[in-house]
Amino acid sequence: MRVKVLMGNTAVAEAVRMAGVEVISAYPITPQTIIVERIAEMVERGELKARYVRVESEHSALAVVYGASASGARVFTATSSHGLLYMYEMLWWVANSRLPVVMAVVTRAIGPPWNIHSDHQDALTVRDAGWIIGFASSVEEAFDMTLQAYRVGEDRRVLLPVMVALDGFTLSHTCEPVRLPEESEVRGWLPPREPLPFKLEPGSYFAVGNLGPDEVTMELRWYIWRAMERAKHVIREVSADYARRFDRSVHGLIEGFRVEDAKYLVVLAGAWSGDAMEAVDMLRDEGYPVGLVRLRYVRPFPVEELRELASSVRAVLVVDRAVSMGHMGVIAGDLVSAVRGKVTVKNVIAGLGGVDVSPDDFKTMIKGFIEEYESGALDSWFYTEWYMPWVRRG
Amino acid sequence: MSVPWLASRRTRGVLPGNPACSGCPHNIGLKVLGRVLGDKAVLVVPAGCTSIIAGYWPRGGLEFPLLHVPFASAPAVASGVRAALDLGGRGDAIVVVWSGDGGAADIGFATLSGAATRNEDILVIVSDNEAYMNTGVQASGTTMWKALTTTSPIIGKTEERKDIALIMLMHKVPYVATASIGYPSDLAEKIRRASEVKGFKLIHLHSPCPPGWRFDSDKTVLVAKLAVETGAWILWEYDRGNFRISPPSTPYRDKSRRKPLTEYIKLQGRLAHLTEEDVREIERRIDENWNLILELEKYYTSHVKA
Repeated sequence: MRVKVLMGNTAVAEAVRMAGVEVISAYPITPQTIIVERIAEMVERGELKARYVRVESEHSALAVVYGASASGARVFTATSSHGLLYMYEMLWWVANSRLPVVMAVVTRAIGPPWNIHSDHQDALTVRDAGWIIGFASSVEEAFDMTLQAYRVGEDRRVLLPVMVALDGFTLSHTCEPVRLPEESEVRGWLPPREPLPFKLEPGSYFAVGNLGPDEVTMELRWYIWRAMERAKHVIREVSADYARRFDRSVHGLIEGFRVEDAKYLVVLAGAWSGDAMEAVDMLRDEGYPVGLVRLRYVRPFPVEELRELASSVRAVLVVDRAVSMGHMGVIAGDLVSAVRGKVTVKNVIAGLGGVDVSPDDFKTMIKGFIEEYESGALDSWFYTEWYMPWVRRG
Repeated sequence: MSVPWLASRRTRGVLPGNPACSGCPHNIGLKVLGRVLGDKAVLVVPAGCTSIIAGYWPRGGLEFPLLHVPFASAPAVASGVRAALDLGGRGDAIVVVWSGDGGAADIGFATLSGAATRNEDILVIVSDNEAYMNTGVQASGTTMWKALTTTSPIIGKTEERKDIALIMLMHKVPYVATASIGYPSDLAEKIRRASEVKGFKLIHLHSPCPPGWRFDSDKTVLVAKLAVETGAWILWEYDRGNFRISPPSTPYRDKSRRKPLTEYIKLQGRLAHLTEEDVREIERRIDENWNLILELEKYYTSHVKA
């Protein structure tokens, strides 16, 4: 184990190298681009024995790795924002084909107006396709999650594509120390991809994706449903094994922070969790009994973990960086259905378009939430508010 | 590659009783492909008629290993299959995209252009029935001027068709040819030659469609042949620097040897509304096209070979 200072993007590229990925294809988009630039360099230098396919669009990037994955190769692609939306059709094709494609999504707002900064709308907009979706909150975790993505996705109990989301700039372009395991150890932990049960080779006459009875479509979706349920267990198992092997403290579907005796819970995902944790520390010093849950995975959704934690608190505050227009924040919507009305939930939408949210902002939000709850102002069982301190309300 | 040779092949490509329409030109093309490359090919098929022709699960209508893929993705998927087969020691496999005009010339055009630009070692066969037939005969980028379709139902298509083979030739790829399901030996020969070329290959296959063009289903081959005999469809081949007009089209360099265009037009319901003036205009465009192809042949013969 050696410590190296890396940006989020180069850490992901390093994980791809150590995973022995065989086919990479991508189309440049800020803030993802550095990942694939670095990988292209590794391939041209011979540090990674792989084929790098320079395509003309994100749709084709995912199509290339789909074809390679369907033919047995270990693959990788990366994108952001509009690139991810341009892939949308292929996302479903990959998931329904049960191929363990791994993709880094460097999160970025969706235009117009043009905006290259991070919110979570891109990754959360595609949550229903059948991809496992993880959110990293540090550069080291982006590295770890990328490696784990191959073990999880390729596991026979799962066989699903995995998306590793990392916040644009906050993680992708920020340098942090990463404890890099030895490559030989990684190779031992992550063996080459198992051969497919079928071979797309001359002389083997079969078709993938034929028209069929409607019941087949429904059954295949049901298999994905069950694989997602199993994926919860596999993610817990694989990440715990990785943590033991490579000396990491965080694993599982969520990370709890000062939750033990908490009466109020803050729930969120992604890089800004660190700022929210600072706010929680400050509020604890002031005597507020508040804890925090960071979602490491939003698909599969950690229903069991959240239900258990929510059952022992008075109220939950979900801070969302993506919104489902006409309803509420994306994660809040999922959480509300998971806790089934057993606890009061307040939802704050913040940080859209990359608007900076500081520990002090979090402190204001959390304090306001606790005060509202205690004064009885949170009268309905869920409630959504937009945090925009620069807007003067009349 | 004679017709008896094709008939004697063990691999068939198309299995009896598949769900193609009667008189379907794709079946003819797929039969030739299967007989030439059946034991070497992996097929990638985007949305289109062949998505249906390939059959209903758990059965299959085609004798190929086959990957069904989204409409605009086929040449990119084929690039990925190619990369993985090469890594897995199956460099001998021929990765074939079997696409319609929509998948290649329209919705999937950027993907096709990208794969050609990368000179991917794949063979793309564009089986062009000159409209979106699988969705019920809507006008496509290759539908001919004036043809009636369900989205050009009364006046006919108001725009000229694009020439996908020439567009792909300008991508500086090693092999591009046109072919016709009316000339299976010529098609077989082109598929074989293309399969021996390393890099990007494209065959633009003319595939007259009985329900789409509104002619009787026993006349597919007749209509295809008339397209060539009237000069409306020109068979040519570009192979690594050599550009030549193919034998079935050779006599029709001489305009006087071409059959009257009306013989081709009168069989087709989609062209039944044409005026004499329209026919003269189409004839003029055909002559223009011949001039271009003859000039290209001259250019490649005098400049590129030397």
